[in-house]
Amino acid sequence: MSSFDDNNKERLRSVSVDLNNDASLLIDIPDALCERDKVKFTVHTKTTLSSFQKPEFSVPRQHEDFIWLHDTLVETEDYAGLIIPPAPPKPDFESPREKMHKLGEGEATMTKEEYTKMKQELEAEYLAVFKKTVQVHEVFLQRLSSHPILSKDRNFQIFLEYDQDLSVRRKNAKEMFGGFFKNMVKSADEVLIAGVKEVDDFFEQEKTFLLDYFSKIKDATAKAEKMTRSHKNIADDYIRLSATLNSLSAEESTANKKTLDHISDLFEKLRKVEGRVASDEELKLTELLRYYMRDIQAAKDLLYRRARALADYENSNKALDKARLKGKDVSQAEEHQQRCLQKFDNLSESGKKELTNFKARRVVAFRKNLVEMAELEVKHAKNNMTLLQGCIELLSSN
Amino acid sequence: MDDLSAEPPSSQTEKSAASSSPEEFVDLTNNLESAESKVEAEISSPEPSDDFFDILGSETQKVEVEASVKADSGEVSIGVTDLPGGKTGSEQGTSSAAPIINLNADFSDNNQQPSRVENKTNDPLAQVLSDTPAADPKKPSSAVLDLFEDDGSDIFTGTPQTKPASQPQKGLFGEPDEDLFGEPLGAMSKKTTENEVKSSTTKAAGPASSTGGAQQDRKSTEPADIFTEEAVTTVPRTSNTSTVNSKANGVHSEEDLFTEATVELSLDSPRSGRKKEETSKPSASSSSSSLSAPAKQAKQPPAALEELEDEEEAEKEDQFDVFISVKDPEKVGESLLPGYFFFFFNSQTSLPMFRNKLMTVRRRFSDFLGLYEKLSEKHGPNGLIVPPPPEKSILGMTKVKVGKEDSSSADFLERRRGALERYLQRVVNHPMLLQDPDVREFLEKEELPRAVSTQALSGAGFLKMINKATDAVNKMTIKMNESDAWFEEKLQEVESADQHFRKLHALVESLVVHRKELSLNTANFAKSAAMLGSAEDNTALSRALSQLAEVEDKIEQLHQDQAANDTFSFAELIADYIRLLGAVRGSFDHRIKAWQRWQDGQAMLQKKRETEAKLLWANKPDKLQQAKDEIVEWEAKVTQFERDFERVSATVRKEVIRFEKQRTNNFRRQITKYLESLLQSQQQLIKYWEAFLPEAKAIA
Repeated sequence: MSSFDDNNKERLRSVSVDLNNDASLLIDIPDALCERDKVKFTVHTKTTLSSFQKPEFSVPRQHEDFIWLHDTLVETEDYAGLIIPPAPPKPDFESPREKMHKLGEGEATMTKEEYTKMKQELEAEYLAVFKKTVQVHEVFLQRLSSHPILSKDRNFQIFLEYDQDLSVRRKNAKEMFGGFFKNMVKSADEVLIAGVKEVDDFFEQEKTFLLDYFSKIKDATAKAEKMTRSHKNIADDYIRLSATLNSLSAEESTANKKTLDHISDLFEKLRKVEGRVASDEELKLTELLRYYMRDIQAAKDLLYRRARALADYENSNKALDKARLKGKDVSQAEEHQQRCLQKFDNLSESGKKELTNFKARRVVAFRKNLVEMAELEVKHAKNNMTLLQGCIELLSSN
Repeated sequence: MDDLSAEPPSSQTEKSAASSSPEEFVDLTNNLESAESKVEAEISSPEPSDDFFDILGSETQKVEVEASVKADSGEVSIGVTDLPGGKTGSEQGTSSAAPIINLNADFSDNNQQPSRVENKTNDPLAQVLSDTPAADPKKPSSAVLDLFEDDGSDIFTGTPQTKPASQPQKGLFGEPDEDLFGEPLGAMSKKTTENEVKSSTTKAAGPASSTGGAQQDRKSTEPADIFTEEAVTTVPRTSNTSTVNSKANGVHSEEDLFTEATVELSLDSPRSGRKKEETSKPSASSSSSSLSAPAKQAKQPPAALEELEDEEEAEKEDQFDVFISVKDPEKVGESLLPGYFFFFFNSQTSLPMFRNKLMTVRRRFSDFLGLYEKLSEKHGPNGLIVPPPPEKSILGMTKVKVGKEDSSSADFLERRRGALERYLQRVVNHPMLLQDPDVREFLEKEELPRAVSTQALSGAGFLKMINKATDAVNKMTIKMNESDAWFEEKLQEVESADQHFRKLHALVESLVVHRKELSLNTANFAKSAAMLGSAEDNTALSRALSQLAEVEDKIEQLHQDQAANDTFSFAELIADYIRLLGAVRGSFDHRIKAWQRWQDGQAMLQKKRETEAKLLWANKPDKLQQAKDEIVEWEAKVTQFERDFERVSATVRKEVIRFEKQRTNNFRRQITKYLESLLQSQQQLIKYWEAFLPEAKAIA
């Protein structure tokens, strides 16, 4: 399973290249436990910051704790001008579990060897999903820790340090509904404030860009996922082919046996490479796209918050005009208008910085991942080639 | 011949063979009806046949030597030694004798100089021929023309009379030849006496001995050289010179059909044609007019030689007994009759029994099925594994007819085309089936009578037939207590292989489906990546993404091609084997049927004997005689049945061994081809990604 570790480490570096560049706060998740639906992560922190009581500590955290941390950050007014790192997606072990189930059902139709191989493959897949889950949670924390402002967040520090179960309250039905309602409002609001005239060309451009980009990357992610899955299917086919060829050769007494053995062997090796192609494409391409899709969503949220602030400011302007006309509560309105303006300016300023950062980060990450993917594809294809050549030679030699 | 080869040709066997051959002989000549009574008498006199048998004897001897020398030519040696039963043996014996006789008869008939022929028949045949033209330069050439014409049309059209005549030819020039001139030849010819060399040359390298009395010495040494050298180049040279000689002669003497034939030959085999031109001058000057007739006679032998070369080459490449290769069958997309497809196919051959080296004919799918029907009817009961054609697919065909430009219908046609090609190739690769007049007619004849009966043979009918056969096998296996463990084992092997191949086929089909899916998904991703690239505002990244889209686009094509390869070189290969395994089972079935007949016969005999005993007891002499007659009759029948069963058993065994050997080779070859296609696509993949790498690195 070391292969997965390697892959994941590489991916980690690639998605968050500029993370953990200073050693003052190092976070990783060395271990995780899966209990039924719940995954318990061990979050390990190493720090030189004085705000922490100890230089090194580990705490147990669950997926819900991460969500809580994310939500609190989003809700913090001060961070409105920041791109809040996207929350890690919920661990999804459904698909491998379902496959395992199906495999169990189809056991009778398979040879023992085939079944064993398929089971191994599924276990590997399960493990891969598990590791990936750990990784996305780790990346979330690392994004936070490398952010100059967010790393100072109190809640974040509590999340890292508090050595008891955080036991954050699970959202109750009302809150769930509230969240849903809030989303509705937000969507409606987005439509409403879309009419507000943009004052800054930079943001105007960013907005159109991000909207466009988001739809494209979402599409690309879905397609990449399908493509990866197809690769996986082919690898699975190779397993079955290999097993069937093997059982065929077992009952063969003629000279054909050797040929069949060779091919069976070859397919067994090919399927490993094909499996690696699938998992590497998944990690280098699909994960990259998926992550940036979420990141862009976060950036869009930032734009929304700024647009909201802009709308608020416009409204406050109108209110001020009204107040002046009426000669009532002028100072109050003025104050409000000033506040709105300030907030908006702050938002704009930090937003601009964040978005520029985001762009640089994205380009670097894409570069790294694409280079690595191309290299891996070449490597795998070369492996395949060597295998095939070897087999052809074997076949022609006897 | 087989009798002879089975044991060393002692005088006794020779005698018996000799005594049996003249009879056949007469038969043949009678049939040929062109032979004059004189010739007939001549032929039936012991002398020629003895002479004859000398040739034959030495020949068989050689075959035997061959078999012992060439350990790995298992097939042929098995073929020679294994064939059991007096019947087959005598058939073969006579058949090998027949061609020469045939030639003789024709020749003498046309020549109208029986006295000459008389003299000659004592000598080796080739010499006869060489002498005649010397005496009468003009007549022989025409005679030769006739000979060629008669011979050709008679033999090749495959009328029932000449069937035996053409078969032997194969026997002569086919397997034994190959073996004779294969590796062991060098050693053999060293061993052989002059006499043997002569006889071998009369058979295959006619030109050598045919050059006539004056040059006999030179020639008889030369062929020995040639054969000892075993060089591919020397052999054609001799053969070519002889052909050229004949050509020159033909030109000199008259226009002639014969020259036409030569031209045809040279057209079709450019290589030999070129050689001919090169050698034409010296040979023309050196050749005397007396060479013309032998040359003519040599016309076939050189072809045989060439064919041997080809064969040897092919064998080196393929490890495969390729006698004819069916190449480039072209399907014609438009249907000439509504709803029917024609498959054009070429067969390339240098076998002497075919008139042309390159034959192109047009056949309908049902013709292919019809051929199978005929062959399986004729040869199936004898235990031959008749290669099965692809099944008729109503669904596929309807699809093709309805949606013309559908990719799946193109797929279907390609599959069928490939399957037919391989089917036909298998048929012609089979030494026995190749001899079948129906096969030859199928390959050669311009227009084939519409196979009406096969029209009804649809895929469903075909399947039903197979199922019936399988059922019958199952039923009979219970009854039959297998005496031969080998068959039991093989049947089991075949059945389990069949099962596994079926599973494998399903898997490969699913692989194809997945590969196509991958191709489609890759195409979709390529589109999305292109869109993403256009949305990207970083110039370098945008460029890289659109490059990625291009790469994925190419890869999509790669996957698509690979899916086609999966289908055509892997799935079809397996489908072929499933069909073939069915045919193997069919041959087992026929063997069991033969066994059943034998058992029934025995039971019947038993009954008759009991009746006899009863009659004896009851003292009824009037009926007793009848009963005795019946017993004799049934005894003969039982013996016949037993022999039949043994013959079928031996054939099946031989066929299964042949099938396995071919399967091994063929499977390995095909699978290597498939792996190579995989390899190629991987190489392309490397190229694509390596080209993309600098683009990715250029992102800044």
